[in-house]
Amino acid sequence: MTLSESAAAPVDEVVLEAVGLTKHFPVRKRLRDLFSRTPAVVHAVDDVSFALHRGRVTALVGESGSGKSTVARLLAQIYPRTAGDLRLHGTSTRVRGGRPFRSYVRRVQLILQDPFASLNPVHTVRYHLTRSLRIHGNAGRSAEDLEQALAKLLTRVSLTPPERYLDAFPHELSGGQRQRVAIARALGADPEVLLADEPVSMLDVSIRLGVLNLLQDLKERLNIAILYITHDIASARYFADETIVMYAGRMVEGGDSEIVTQNSAHPYTRLLTASAPDPERITGDGAGAGIDEAAGKDRGQGEPPSLISPPAGCRFHPRCPHAMRRCTADLPPRLTVGDRPGHWTACWLYDPATVAADAPGSAAPDADPAVPPPPALVKREDTATLGEAR
Amino acid sequence: MRDPVLEIRGLRVDYGLGDAAVHAVRDVDLTLHRGEVLGLAGESGSGKSTLAYGLTRLLPPPGVVSGGEVIYHPVDGPPVDVLSLSPAQLRAFRWAEASIVFQGAMNSLNPVHKVSTQLLDVIRAHEPRSTAAGRLARARELLKLVGISADRLHSYPHQLSGGMRQRVMIAMALALEPQVVIMDEPTTALDVVMQRQILGQLAELRERLGFAVLFITHDLSLLVEFSDRIAIMYGGRIVEEAPAAELYRRALHPYTDGLLHSFPALRGPRRELTGIPGSPPDLRAMPTGCAFHPRCPRAFTPCDAELPPLGPPGDDDPRRAVACWLHSATAPAPR
Repeated sequence: MTLSESAAAPVDEVVLEAVGLTKHFPVRKRLRDLFSRTPAVVHAVDDVSFALHRGRVTALVGESGSGKSTVARLLAQIYPRTAGDLRLHGTSTRVRGGRPFRSYVRRVQLILQDPFASLNPVHTVRYHLTRSLRIHGNAGRSAEDLEQALAKLLTRVSLTPPERYLDAFPHELSGGQRQRVAIARALGADPEVLLADEPVSMLDVSIRLGVLNLLQDLKERLNIAILYITHDIASARYFADETIVMYAGRMVEGGDSEIVTQNSAHPYTRLLTASAPDPERITGDGAGAGIDEAAGKDRGQGEPPSLISPPAGCRFHPRCPHAMRRCTADLPPRLTVGDRPGHWTACWLYDPATVAADAPGSAAPDADPAVPPPPALVKREDTATLGEAR
Repeated sequence: MRDPVLEIRGLRVDYGLGDAAVHAVRDVDLTLHRGEVLGLAGESGSGKSTLAYGLTRLLPPPGVVSGGEVIYHPVDGPPVDVLSLSPAQLRAFRWAEASIVFQGAMNSLNPVHKVSTQLLDVIRAHEPRSTAAGRLARARELLKLVGISADRLHSYPHQLSGGMRQRVMIAMALALEPQVVIMDEPTTALDVVMQRQILGQLAELRERLGFAVLFITHDLSLLVEFSDRIAIMYGGRIVEEAPAAELYRRALHPYTDGLLHSFPALRGPRRELTGIPGSPPDLRAMPTGCAFHPRCPRAFTPCDAELPPLGPPGDDDPRRAVACWLHSATAPAPR
């Protein structure tokens, strides 16, 4: 067992890096499409670039259908990528199964959302963990070595005493315990990167935190890089060092978790934070007070666009109240926001030249009033609007 | 205080019979007032869905309502006990007086029928003397009510998005203008943006139509914002009941406190979150005394032996009730 407690490598070293990662899924052709030149594809992930650092948690936040789970599967190399590059410690990797895949998986492990489905119901915990240890060569030489490694794994995920859980079947465990077994199985490979795809969203609220705290603890003690995929932006703030927001297959904002959640720049992120349940918003005993303020009259919209023919330019522009003419045509590049280092967003509102040439909101006739104006805009307007915005 | 519309008294629901029975809901007393939103929160296995199905008599076998009564107060007329209605009376009561939006409502529409067929069916069954044109007009009106354009009436469920299907389900629940709408995790499968839109709309509709909502969810942070009163369930019993704001400001039961400290907050200072240690109780082998005591950080002498009654807390706030020895007005009998 080689789960190293001491960090040999420097902290913050980039372990896994995605560069312009793109995934298109082909759509089944109909007869009338037979002669068309360009095959129809679902643009699930387009041009996604980020880096996972040793001992850091990076959160990927987005709605269902935003492509966040596809990113996890691309990073785990379960799906082959359409374009872009994946660099493990700086070297480009592309594995298609067999030995190379296995040695890649040894370093990059995936934890899935549903622990009720990811464990085989006819096998015991011992079987699941032994398999992981054996396959990745961490089982040791003798039976005692294996037994020790198993006990160590279960202790690491706080399933103690290990003997109580080793011979249990998945149905004998609660959801939280099953997810811990799934995490222990991933740790059996002694990975450098953990890809956690919604690891707590199937669990009960009272045990979610326990699993998140466990991951946090593993990150600190084992110096693992963690990609935390979630739809709950509040938990990203709590758990992740860095947060990246995805919308309709593209990254729209990224930076330090605290800054992204507290001073969101992109109109979509602002919509997301305004929509999250917030007990602090209760203004009295009246029911639903505060709900309507952020929900607005955005009826029948509120849905991400079709990814087969995504909107040109910024993919959020059909819902954005600040859309300008340029947003409907040109794809916004990553722009740095204000004076905060590392905080960027893909939004034309943060390009002074564009805002000066084009009035914000000019291309949004049926604006989505749920979106509060971003700070860049507020600064340019009078103080009355400023008071309203916050 | 507004008058009650639905009173649950001593409701008990078991799965199975005799000694093998699992007691999923134990002696629950709960009152829903006219026009209020009552939130019911608890983890899975706490009995909150079973309670909802028990009180509407929708419980599939082996579920059995083994005791208690559910009194419904119609707008005019004497109160009736839902549990003793005859099948014909029950048929008239359901949907017209109390309707339910099921968990995963997105999948509770029949995929082979148009939305219009399903919506009209409800009205036809309960108002057989209405005309076809009148029913159609009513169905259009209902869709407009929940923010779907009337031309989607003849769509099949798969042609609508998840949020729209959810709205159709809500429209259907409101079709006969019931006094009580029971919502069992109505927004769990939806994204936050959609969730807020639907809840906002629901709050608006309630203002206009004045129905009462029993809102069941595990997301306490949502309830605090959305409901008037909140009841917390644990191990089949109500452990705390209070106005939403009071509950959030000062939770009395350690379990409620633990639940409130399980949610990372989006705003405000970053606080250390503790969660609740341990796992939910096994309904087949419930702990003695207070069901929460094995996980409770503040458990003391009487907790493992005697069941705390649900009653007003020590400081006697009549709007609150809690089942915990820490706050009980009457000290437990000395052992």
